[in-house]
Amino acid sequence: MSNDCKVDCGRRRLVVATAAVGGVGAVVALVPFLSSMLPSERAKAAGAPVEVDIGALQPGQMMTVEWRGKPVWIINRNKEMLDTLPKLADAVADPKSGEKMQPDYCANDTRSIKPNIMVAVGICTHLGCSPSSKFKPGAEEGMADDWLGGFLCPCHGSKFDFAGRVYKSMPAPTNLEVPPHTYLTDTRILIGEDKKGA
Amino acid sequence: MASDTHYEKYKSDGSIQGNALEWFDARFPATSMWRGHLSEYYAPKNFNFWYFFGSLAMLVLVIQIVTGIFLVMHYKPDASLNANGVPVAFASVEYIMRDVSWGWLIRYMHSTGASAFFIVVYLHMFRGMLYGSYRQPRELIWVFGVMIFLALMAEGFAGYLLPWGQMSYWGAQVILNLFSAIPLIGNDLAIWIRGDFVIGDATLNRMFSFHVIAIPLALLGLVAAHILALHEVGSNNPDGVEIKSKKDEHGIPLDGIPFHPYYSVKDIVGVVVFLMVFSIIVFFAPEGGGYLLEYNNFIPADPMVTPSHIAPVWYFTPYYSLLRAVTYPLFGIDAKFWGVVAMGAGVLIFAFLPWLDRSPVKSIRYRGSIYKTLLTLFVIAFFILGFLGTKSPSYAFFGVIPGAPIAQLLTAYYFLYFLTMPWWSKIDKYKPEPERVTFK
Repeated sequence: MSNDCKVDCGRRRLVVATAAVGGVGAVVALVPFLSSMLPSERAKAAGAPVEVDIGALQPGQMMTVEWRGKPVWIINRNKEMLDTLPKLADAVADPKSGEKMQPDYCANDTRSIKPNIMVAVGICTHLGCSPSSKFKPGAEEGMADDWLGGFLCPCHGSKFDFAGRVYKSMPAPTNLEVPPHTYLTDTRILIGEDKKGA
Repeated sequence: MASDTHYEKYKSDGSIQGNALEWFDARFPATSMWRGHLSEYYAPKNFNFWYFFGSLAMLVLVIQIVTGIFLVMHYKPDASLNANGVPVAFASVEYIMRDVSWGWLIRYMHSTGASAFFIVVYLHMFRGMLYGSYRQPRELIWVFGVMIFLALMAEGFAGYLLPWGQMSYWGAQVILNLFSAIPLIGNDLAIWIRGDFVIGDATLNRMFSFHVIAIPLALLGLVAAHILALHEVGSNNPDGVEIKSKKDEHGIPLDGIPFHPYYSVKDIVGVVVFLMVFSIIVFFAPEGGGYLLEYNNFIPADPMVTPSHIAPVWYFTPYYSLLRAVTYPLFGIDAKFWGVVAMGAGVLIFAFLPWLDRSPVKSIRYRGSIYKTLLTLFVIAFFILGFLGTKSPSYAFFGVIPGAPIAQLLTAYYFLYFLTMPWWSKIDKYKPEPERVTFK
């Protein structure tokens, strides 16, 4: 069927225009359906800060609490653990915490407010598995002989030190996230907020 | 007018049944569909063992739909914890296994059926590669087939989340996080797919919706398109020659036999053998040594702890190996994004086979040694990639040969096999095809 106006070209143009407007309408009708798949208002409202008592956490121990559906680790690092951090400055990818994976008040050598208390989201920055703790140095927990202690992601083998800093050439692109947190008292941490009442 | 309808074509013989059929045929193309697709669909007479797997795939589709209907009567897609602190979804699967009459059988048929589906589909695809079934004029059959394969992978993935065990949860965590690797839109896309900032109840419910409604509908439509396209151009055969080029005076291919009863009866033999193997697995090895149902999935999902070894279920492992093989960033974009690209390309590249293959012959029977060697190596590479995908990245063969570089090498081969095919399929030696199909 060629376009030599055996058909009424005026009507043909109207048909095309009508179809185009209808097509736009059909596309707009997708919006409510696709939007319904976004996090609901209830999901957005969830995620209140979590208060944790760390009074019983002994040096060298770690505890896990849930915040926004994710594990948050609190590690009371002992002296041996803290001493490993400067030794690893050349082995980790971002020793100075240049990438914004922590609040500004944690962009320091220990990635923490108090030097010994490490707070980190225990989710590998690669594909979201939760790394396993491998605190004992050396080969005792299946690591290499020169292992200084830290975390190993079971999914794709990313390694992290006691400050959640990722080793060089690992699948994980960045250090572990340090969530915003603040000390309510000496032994009570509020995870999820920078300052009380802020 | 009347002479154009089936009413004229299928005249009643005067009996009551004949009158009823004539009445029906005047209103619905029953007889013409029966003839066109079964009793007068002429298939080559030299089909062999490899031609069982198309009809077996249909059988498994029916098994999955029927068992699925009954599982949905008892399953609850709910990630919240019940009074015992167990996720409701996980507990409902346990309930099906322990308290629903014959529930264990229906559930094991469904879980074994998922693996069986991939086995028959992989063999069905390999048949196409052996005999050049994707070649002109069957390109669209093949492309629909690749889309079925993709839909099947999506169906398998969504279904695996539903028991809400540790492997369900962490497998989905890894795979859905892959989307966040896409530059610019990745994070928002991942949140949109999950329906939450983490995998949770919203994710479980939508995967349930995809698994029981959206993807099965798409699958049925694609299967219909696959078969209609096949019946439009006619089946290929192990000799890769066109039976329609030699017809008798009635226009029937000389080497064609009606699908029904010849192949319908032959396929029943395949069905019987398949059901024997299927039953043995369902009754005696439903967990398949941890390959069909992974042990970690008998532990309820725990967002706080990742199991020490996570691996996808066996049918995804070759593609999981492709994903892991890419460890270098390119063009300033993260390695994990390129891993995702490799995995997707690994599936989609099959769709281009009809245009990559430049051999003058279709069937492996008349191809030269280059094709036979490279295809054999491709199959070996596929198996080793699949094996390595079940292992951790630090796995070493015999404890000494590291698996990761081997997976990278085989990934390179996987893609080079396809990408260099236009060249080597052209220069390969070949034997002349016969005029007619060979048949002993």
